[in-house]
Amino acid sequence: MSKTKDVLVTPIFKNNPIALQILGVCSALAVTSNMATAMVMTLAVIAVTAFSNFFVSLIRNHIPGNIRIIVQMTIIASLVIVVDQILKAFAYEISKQLSVFVGLIITNCIVMGRAEAFAMKNPPIQSFMDGIGNGLGYGAVLLFVGFFRELFGAGSLFGIEILPLVNNGGWYQGNGLMLLPPSAFFLIGIFIWIIRTWKPEQVEKPDFEMAPNTKKEAA
Amino acid sequence: MSSNNDTMGKTLLVTILLCVVCSVVVSAAAVILKPQQVANKELDRKSNILAAAGISDPNKSVDELFTQITTKYVDLDTGKYVDVPAGYDDAKAAKDPQQNVRLSRSEDKAGIKSIAQIKPVYLVQGEDGSVDKVVLPVHGKGLWSTMYGFLALEGDLNTVVGLGFFSHGETPGLGGEVDNPSWKALWPGKEVYGEDKTDPQIRLIKGSVDASTPNAEHKIDGLSGATLTSNGVTNLVQFWMGESGYAPFLNNLRAGGA
Repeated sequence: MSKTKDVLVTPIFKNNPIALQILGVCSALAVTSNMATAMVMTLAVIAVTAFSNFFVSLIRNHIPGNIRIIVQMTIIASLVIVVDQILKAFAYEISKQLSVFVGLIITNCIVMGRAEAFAMKNPPIQSFMDGIGNGLGYGAVLLFVGFFRELFGAGSLFGIEILPLVNNGGWYQGNGLMLLPPSAFFLIGIFIWIIRTWKPEQVEKPDFEMAPNTKKEAA
Repeated sequence: MSSNNDTMGKTLLVTILLCVVCSVVVSAAAVILKPQQVANKELDRKSNILAAAGISDPNKSVDELFTQITTKYVDLDTGKYVDVPAGYDDAKAAKDPQQNVRLSRSEDKAGIKSIAQIKPVYLVQGEDGSVDKVVLPVHGKGLWSTMYGFLALEGDLNTVVGLGFFSHGETPGLGGEVDNPSWKALWPGKEVYGEDKTDPQIRLIKGSVDASTPNAEHKIDGLSGATLTSNGVTNLVQFWMGESGYAPFLNNLRAGGA
């Protein structure tokens, strides 16, 4: 059973899909301006990766190799539509804010990447756990980014006021940059920096060495 | 993976089975969850009408607040109230040749081609039955999308209470600023019509409006970086407040009843 636990836990920090594999950054920029959307997006991605991994793994011995990507896409797309319908029915306000990004889970590299790299080779339960793990890894980054963006951008968490804003008569002047997507780049960068300081083995070797500038004497 | 998976027969079989299973799952989800989704849309529409009319009370549910509002249907041609069959949907009617009015190129300021002959209007009535506020559904083309919203007028049928869009696909940060509360706050108090009460004068202008702007009561700041969305808002408000829109109804109401 320890392998099952391994596949669940490693993707969270050790092999984080965003921080180490650098997958799925696009949606991480778009849906993290507040905690509520980041949370719902996390749950949606966990559900989709877990179940798509499970189903792909379940039929992995019957998928013809030459149409395997299409088969995976069909399964993923169906799951995403189901998740989208459920959100529209039970979390209408948030589904309006997430708008197109729930649909774009289909193209999220994490889901596809895990189906192809893990679920095609491993049994269903392990694949399911791997899906949850990778979803959690994605969610960890989303929630980290969402926490700082909402706290410093809007002075609140989950819509509850923490730092009273100047325009509501408080003292905190919201940081407008935090509410705009580019701030997520900085925060994801900082997140990767923290993880790699903590686990230096994740630092990649430089692809090429920069040659030093030619010295005057040498020329 | 065994190699016999790659035969033509197996490939077709897997494809067909997968498609059948997936389509059943997707259609089941869509059908089962539909009533809940429709209810959500309805609630959303109601809360947008309330927001345009400036009615809010955190202690009451949307449905409770909505009891203050009377929904009536108006024939745009005559401007009189009419009865409609239950379940009448003006969005559907706008596409139905039996129930719509096709707009000629010169009439069609808002870029919407055809409109429903009969539109709903939402009235907030005072205790004596007089009209306090009236909320009118409006829509028209922006830059990318058709923008749907509500325009609310005071009992004088001239002063704006509020304008809000509940559905649009304009560029976030530029045209999408039609949702910005501080821009929406510029609308209340503006006047739609000039002296003659027939031609809508209200419009968005480039730059900002201040006290020295001539006719400031008819002008609203344009959205910076979103000229085409701003034009779209001007056009749709002028269209719906004009002769092809609600003007006949508003005239009847002003004259004492519709």
